[in-house]
Amino acid sequence: TSLNIALAVCLAGCRSLSQLAELPETHQLLRQTCRDFADRELSPIAARLDKKHSYPAKQIQELGAMGVMAMEVPEELGGAGMDYLAYSLAMEEISRGCASTGVVVSVNNSLYIGPILKNGTEEQKMQWITPFTTGEKVGCFALSEPGNGSDAGAASTVAHQDGDEWVLNGTKAWITNSWDASATVVFATTDKKLKHKGISAFLIPIPHPGLSLGKKEDKLGIRASSTANIILEDCRVPLDNMLGPRGAGFKIAMQTLDSGRIGIASQALGIAQASLDCAADYAHKRTAFGSPISKLQAIQIKLADMAVAIESARLLTWKAALLRDSKKPFTKEAAMAKLAASEAATFCSHQAIQILGGMGYVSDMPAERHYRDARITEIYEGTSEIQRLVIAGQLLKEYQS
Amino acid sequence: MSGRVLVGVKRVIDYAVKIRVKPDKSSVVTDGVKHSMNPFCEIAVEEAVKMKEKKLIKEVVAVSCGPQQAQETIRTALAMGADRGIHVEVTGKDYETLGPLQISKIMAALAKKEEAQLIILGKQAIDDDCNQTGQMTAALLDWPQGTFASEVSLEGDKIKVVREVDGGLETIKINIPAVITADLRLNTPRYATLPNIMKAKKKKIANMKPADLGVDITSRLEVLRVDEPPQRQAGVKVETVEDLVSKLKEAGLV
Repeated sequence: TSLNIALAVCLAGCRSLSQLAELPETHQLLRQTCRDFADRELSPIAARLDKKHSYPAKQIQELGAMGVMAMEVPEELGGAGMDYLAYSLAMEEISRGCASTGVVVSVNNSLYIGPILKNGTEEQKMQWITPFTTGEKVGCFALSEPGNGSDAGAASTVAHQDGDEWVLNGTKAWITNSWDASATVVFATTDKKLKHKGISAFLIPIPHPGLSLGKKEDKLGIRASSTANIILEDCRVPLDNMLGPRGAGFKIAMQTLDSGRIGIASQALGIAQASLDCAADYAHKRTAFGSPISKLQAIQIKLADMAVAIESARLLTWKAALLRDSKKPFTKEAAMAKLAASEAATFCSHQAIQILGGMGYVSDMPAERHYRDARITEIYEGTSEIQRLVIAGQLLKEYQS
Repeated sequence: MSGRVLVGVKRVIDYAVKIRVKPDKSSVVTDGVKHSMNPFCEIAVEEAVKMKEKKLIKEVVAVSCGPQQAQETIRTALAMGADRGIHVEVTGKDYETLGPLQISKIMAALAKKEEAQLIILGKQAIDDDCNQTGQMTAALLDWPQGTFASEVSLEGDKIKVVREVDGGLETIKINIPAVITADLRLNTPRYATLPNIMKAKKKKIANMKPADLGVDITSRLEVLRVDEPPQRQAGVKVETVEDLVSKLKEAGLV
């Protein structure tokens, strides 16, 4: 039976491309569960969360209880012990309901827990991961600074050793979850002369003396999640709070972002799919020139283009997830997925407003929120321009040999 | 009481789907249409799992009758916390004519075979709205029944059931073994957790046919025709209150 085959494939621990065509039964059940949760608990409140900029604390806790806040974390540490394909499916369904909730889930899973799971000691994992699996606490990732986003190697936040403590000074910018987080992974330079090889990663609890938060940014979209500066002024942490070896920070950040890109690609897919759902539903109901506008070729062509954009980005995203789950290199595919999905999200949400006409421009319909939510996916976790450079770099390496 | 609970779960067209009647008026369109577990069956599973978590019962067995796809519904019950499943395979024409009488015969046979002490069902299915299976099952087994349950509690060797009836709430105490049917306010079904979805994969689903249970599933009913509800007609606009009153009088409504 197909169940036995899926079981065997899962047990073998290897991922096959056939899973792109038909998901294993557990993943189908997981996807349906997340979709039901999004339809019942997130979609009905998404507009209000956006309007009031309110953090969905209750829903994040419910997602934590389901295991969604720590999907890759092994069960012994409090996680769901699932693979990245499952994470991608969950992210897409949740973001389809509410993109802000999606980014909170993604940052916690990929950007905060991700690097600690990969680089942390056993004590660090127990201290910094386990309390963050239930949805009661979330973490954040502080890499960007007012002076450098794409130029991550030029970090100007410094950390110097003073006895048995690290002392950090500097400002981090655009930090998602900052106002709702209970801990952060911070990147600071311990050896400015070594340039990007001198950056190290640190774990800092929030609140903590010497760490303060800037004002909450007033964003175009994903407004239910908080974004702010993190200011470090003689912020002291024990030596044990360094994550990974000294000087490994840049590498840790880049590896983390590779996985984060699969999460954000999935978020973008969710937004794109929600836009398509909204537009197609409207096209069936709205009549003009005597028939539903779904009969007009101009509308049909738009819907077809939207569907192709989403499905191709989705396959790229699943492929990146499958490669990561097979422990194969996935940097190029993750960058392609994030690029394709974020551009699909902006395209689809743009076309959705067009199909809805005037109704697309007002808050009575979700199309305008999808348009605003989609825009950031082309910017954070690596701008589309950076993604193209990453892809080209990988591509040229392949052709060189 | 410690023992085994059978929970019946039915695969129905999802509540959010717009139902369409087939052109030949024989039934509704089911091909390619989203299906899910009957909402009242979800409530029944939740109640059984809660009883197990409180250690009032030992084992929850999810039962579904139908074609291969019924296994998906059983798996959802397993992911919610049921221990194992039984799939009674009914396909084709037999499945189209499957109704409460045959289901209750199957449930009664399984209750005897599994030595169940409690059967929990949804009060009705949202596709046929029969509200008969629970009652018929109780009659076939000669067990007491607590239908439209909004509250269930164990009191010694009896079950106290608060029933939602037209006049309000009725509280009864019934002996075990018994049949209970779940109403809307009995509980709020949980979302399956990811670890439970993974564990559900390892739980067993037994397969059998109605004949294996000695049940004859021939239907005593014949569906003659299925029609959509009549389209809502436009109303009539009146200018004044006097017009309204006279029109109502004409129609014999006042």
